[in-house]
Amino acid sequence: MGRITLDKVSKSFGDVQVIPPLDLTIDDGEFTVFVGPSGCGKSTLLRLIAGLEDVSSGQIRIDKQDATHVPPAKRGLAMVFQSYALYPHMSVRKNIAFPMKMAKVPVEEQNRRIEAAANALNLTDYLDRRPGQLSGGQRQRVAIGRAIVREPSAFLFDEPLSNLDAALRVGMRLEISELHERLETTMIYVTHDQVEAMTMADKIVVLQAGVIEQVGSPLELYHTPRNKFVAGFIGSPKMNFIEGKEAAKHGAHTIGIRPEHIEVSGEAGTWSGVVSVSEHLGSDTFFHVHGTGLAETITVRADGEVGFRHGDRIFMTPRADVIHKFDAEGLRIA
Amino acid sequence: MATQHSQPADRLTMAPPAPEPASQPAAADHQSGTKHARTAARLMMAPAVILLLGWMLVPLTMTLYFSFKKFLPLRGGDLGWVGFDNYVRFVSSSAFWPSVQATLVIVGGVLAITVVLGVLLAILLNQPMWGRGVVRILVIAPFFVMPTVSALVWKNMFMDPVNGLLAHVWRAFGAEPLVWLTEASTQSIILIVSWQWLPFATLILLTAIQSLDSEQLEAAEMDGAPPVKRFAYITLPHLSRAITVVVLIQTIFLLSIFAEIFVTTQGAFGTKTLTYLIFQRVLESQNIGLGSAGGVYAIILANIVAIFLMRIVGKNLDA
Ligand SMILES: Nc1ncnc2c1ncn2[C@@H]1O[C@H](COP(=O)(O)OP(=O)(O)O)[C@@H](O)[C@H]1O
Ligand SMILES: [Mg+2]
Repeated sequence: MGRITLDKVSKSFGDVQVIPPLDLTIDDGEFTVFVGPSGCGKSTLLRLIAGLEDVSSGQIRIDKQDATHVPPAKRGLAMVFQSYALYPHMSVRKNIAFPMKMAKVPVEEQNRRIEAAANALNLTDYLDRRPGQLSGGQRQRVAIGRAIVREPSAFLFDEPLSNLDAALRVGMRLEISELHERLETTMIYVTHDQVEAMTMADKIVVLQAGVIEQVGSPLELYHTPRNKFVAGFIGSPKMNFIEGKEAAKHGAHTIGIRPEHIEVSGEAGTWSGVVSVSEHLGSDTFFHVHGTGLAETITVRADGEVGFRHGDRIFMTPRADVIHKFDAEGLRIA
Repeated sequence: MATQHSQPADRLTMAPPAPEPASQPAAADHQSGTKHARTAARLMMAPAVILLLGWMLVPLTMTLYFSFKKFLPLRGGDLGWVGFDNYVRFVSSSAFWPSVQATLVIVGGVLAITVVLGVLLAILLNQPMWGRGVVRILVIAPFFVMPTVSALVWKNMFMDPVNGLLAHVWRAFGAEPLVWLTEASTQSIILIVSWQWLPFATLILLTAIQSLDSEQLEAAEMDGAPPVKRFAYITLPHLSRAITVVVLIQTIFLLSIFAEIFVTTQGAFGTKTLTYLIFQRVLESQNIGLGSAGGVYAIILANIVAIFLMRIVGKNLDA
């Protein structure tokens, strides 16, 4: 079980309201990702759920029980911190055993769970080492192991991959997703990286300045962003926004078109401009186009073989069915 | 322990931050010129090393020299070599073993009190509270009072059986005031010296406690550890190295406390430490040779204590 409900939860530090009252439900077994720019209150929200911060108002329910004033240890949640927060003077085995020791789990059961976790996380050879003797990825696994053995009703992750290098990050991302498939436990995962959000989440919660901008599945957010912020935040490269005459043609204040929804050609098209930078990724090529008269830069994604270079004049045609329209307030027009 | 934590501005930092390594080319230069640089470094350090060695070796040699002589400045001066006579006389004196015991009791007592109270005070001072800055300065203040002065203040203002503050407290509760320096002389000395050294211990432990990653405590909290267990499993192990430093440094200084005894009990009532005994032999009995032999014993005692300490706590300094 692990259904978490936030009911008009708000948080202020002194006079500063970091999180205005918000409602949110996380269903049992769901992989929910909180995503938003740095400082938008993701960690704070996670810490409120964990009980490491007290709410300023509102109610937190875990499995229909009011948990607002329940101490962190009693909420049945396990957290993986950004710094891993391993206990440096304890061996890996003792680190993983710690929550069970505190819960007075019998030693045989402790050992059974430690072995199981170590097997699942490839830590068997490292059980007698100290955290200081492990690589970043291994430390990450120990932190996850320490969370798993508690058999919590939900896992909380606070930017767990941000200290890893890019290759390791992709690997750990997969491992965490697999872990979720296997355990089917509720997971709440905080990140500022929309790629992590898109690839891992069942449900994404986009936050900005403590406010929930939109909640939905990755594809919902991609196809029907509720406002300009979500539209710009989800998807990579970023959506192009065009204002003025061109937008007015579509009856909107601003129109948004994703780079992958623009066709490029050397001969003819709706818009034209000069390639300023072309980024070749092999599979794809990104063109940053200037001088279109629409916006300062238009980003276009084309096939890897398309070979325009700096200074080439190219023509672009947006796909009409995927143009996003926004009003003056930045809200989506149906 | 290479983890980096953000440091709040109000932290008391002991050591200045390590200087940034030089830029890349300079570092490469340094690599190629290592041998040359090492020779130069040795040359430049030589004067300091020689000065320090002389500083240490000259008194040590003189102590050894005099310890084998019968040397009575007021009763004939240098009366020639006597072999190990002084050593035998010093140990066989009835005051010797009690003085070793008094030394160890005082050092041990002060260490125990300053470490335990130091840890508690450090935890307290690390809490966000009103007026923390002022309280921190107040806590550190005793360290700046000269030992002679603080011992006199304790003796006359607090421990005086007639007018002392403690006597008034005792009377307020209807009890007979304690004649501190006579009835509880060793404890009184321990109290006075602890008061002086508590700030040092607190300061070192406070800086150590500030470097504890708060996420570790939060993780332990989520793992179900109540405050006492968080202290035992997280905070205390984190402090072990700082505690070791406090114990080692304090021991060096505590083995040679003198002023506190001189201005209070003058070595009476079981407070005659080895240092004080040597002082009496040299200055009161005017027997330089005997005192020097005592000095050599003091060096031996200090080394025995050091070996024991390194055995017990030294491993905390590794890694
Ligand atoms: N303990 C605190 N006291 C005061 N302000 C805080 C505290 N913790 C976080 N904040 C503020 O709350 C905002 C959100 O922080 P945080 O939740 O850490 O953001 P995120 O994790 O999304 O980057 C930030 O502006 C931060 O300065
Ligand atoms: Mg954060």
